[in-house]
Amino acid sequence: MTPTDPTTPIDRPAPGEPPVASTSWALSAWRRFWSSEFAESHVAVVALVVVVLVVLLAVLAPWVTPQDPYDLAKLRLGDARRAPGSLSSDGFTFWLGSDGQGRDLWSAILYGLRISLQISIAAGVIAFTLGVGIGLLAAYRGGWAEAFLMRVVDLQLSFPAILLALVVSAVLGQGKWQLIASLVAAQYAYFARTAHGAAATERSREYVEAALSTPLPASQVVLRHILPNCLPPLIVVATVQVANAIALEATLSFLGLGMPVTEPSLGMLIANGFQYLLSGRYWISIYPGVALILLIVAINLVGDRIRDQLNPRLRR
Amino acid sequence: MIGFLFERLLQALVVLLVISVLVFLGVYAIGNPIDVLLSPDATQSIREEAIRAYGLDLPLWQQYFGFLRRLLAGDFGQSFIFNMPVLELIFSRLPATLELTLTAVLAATLIGVPLGMFAGYRPDSGAARLIMALSTLGFSVPTFWIGLVLILTFAVNLGWLPAGGRGDTLPLFGIEWSVLTVDGWQHLVLPALNLSLFKFAMMVRLARAGTREMMLTDTVRFARAAGESEWTILRRHVLPLIAIPIVTVFGLEFGSTLAFAVVTETIFSWPGLGKLIIDSITSLDRPVMVAYLMLVALLFILINLTVDLAYVALDPRLRARKLAR
Repeated sequence: MTPTDPTTPIDRPAPGEPPVASTSWALSAWRRFWSSEFAESHVAVVALVVVVLVVLLAVLAPWVTPQDPYDLAKLRLGDARRAPGSLSSDGFTFWLGSDGQGRDLWSAILYGLRISLQISIAAGVIAFTLGVGIGLLAAYRGGWAEAFLMRVVDLQLSFPAILLALVVSAVLGQGKWQLIASLVAAQYAYFARTAHGAAATERSREYVEAALSTPLPASQVVLRHILPNCLPPLIVVATVQVANAIALEATLSFLGLGMPVTEPSLGMLIANGFQYLLSGRYWISIYPGVALILLIVAINLVGDRIRDQLNPRLRR
Repeated sequence: MIGFLFERLLQALVVLLVISVLVFLGVYAIGNPIDVLLSPDATQSIREEAIRAYGLDLPLWQQYFGFLRRLLAGDFGQSFIFNMPVLELIFSRLPATLELTLTAVLAATLIGVPLGMFAGYRPDSGAARLIMALSTLGFSVPTFWIGLVLILTFAVNLGWLPAGGRGDTLPLFGIEWSVLTVDGWQHLVLPALNLSLFKFAMMVRLARAGTREMMLTDTVRFARAAGESEWTILRRHVLPLIAIPIVTVFGLEFGSTLAFAVVTETIFSWPGLGKLIIDSITSLDRPVMVAYLMLVALLFILINLTVDLAYVALDPRLRARKLAR
């Protein structure tokens, strides 16, 4: 891979040719991305491509899989536990094998990815909003409100996320929303602490004092002036937390505390395959795991790169 | 120092009280234990008698104070499933978890810190890149999946090590330990490795980041100017300076490893606390859940307290400040 020279002029349609505005825009955007600081790390670029690819595959699952794994009418028990590469009785090939219920694993993995992504992104968005809200409120109000809120957050952070999630999902029971709630409970505190740390510094800056002295409502000062300056560290936390949420969700499902059996997420697929592992039918557990790891590692690599770029100590 | 200790102890007590309320409310909300205890065809009068016997007909706050009173007396009740006192049950499972966790955290620290220091000392070398790649993997890959791969590789395909259980144990101080027998070690290796990978990754990163920063400081520059060898500099100057965050993480991670053992123990059917809590959640064994959560909370509070005190002991600046008060 040779990085493109950033000074190369952008392709323009030659005079007389019909303008191809959209492709040239995409091309220039790509060039700008390629010459950006982020792209100096080729590992990070590959990771980003993997993330986009996996997400695309998950979104397009119904069109790129031979089978709807949740349609019980289409599953045949005769097809159960087939080795990778064998032919299904419906004529398509089980490239990654089939699981104990005769689901094509490739289809099950992509549908499982959909569920895993839906849950972790939903949990991420809610945890972000809640956590940042608490962090900003604490930093803005100061005084006992700040002391109380941050003390609770610190306390919660001293307990491992898995334990909190375990307890909350044990209390709430199985299901998509229950799972999201337990992920949020386990994760909002990270956002709250990061947002509070960044906002507390901004709060004492002169521009904030100046904005507060105008008749603008305080909420607007917080949201329009303080929040944007807190975003960079929050973005890093958000990438890491989405990856964590995916892993946590899979772990909870693996332990039997996550999604119901009818809609298996990746963790549930792996758990179902566990019983066949000892008899050497490795594919039922291993392939969903590979998909899971590919996604998590790729997200973490992208997050690492963003963090390195934002870290002033490592800046040249 | 005494004042500081007192302040922290008081804080710990308040936290424990709050947690006891949360645990009580949380566990109270899970299912009806009577349905688990009695067969579905029990008569109405037997049901009512059982509800009264367990005090489930009282108002919530009375149940809570009863719960708190028994807790203070060290009475966690009887397990619904095992029919034995909960404390006895928990203490019978504790050694297995302790030896697993301790092995894992110690291994992670003793291997992770030197490797991390090397990666920070020579950040551009191939070995450092390999170490960092390993650490990224250890960070990202979910524990339970690594456990499966370990079982598949070493137990199913190679047949070198057993896939689960605790193996032979020998008694020491009246407690059975796996670490005292060869068979026990064979059973311990895979789960301990599984549990330690995440901690290993964390130790590597901490040590690397600390070493990288330290190598740029005047301390190191002056030590070099004084003609000390690189090895001495790393051991005498860098290691003590990066030790503080490592000790913190060691303490905190020891606790979270106990919690994470839930996953590893389930996979390797290691008969410890983690497996007990998962089993008690699925079988709605309320007293066990309550006792486990309270003990874990207590443990975390103690760990945090110890880490705080260790900080004071390790950091001369903090020590001076605390003593001055």
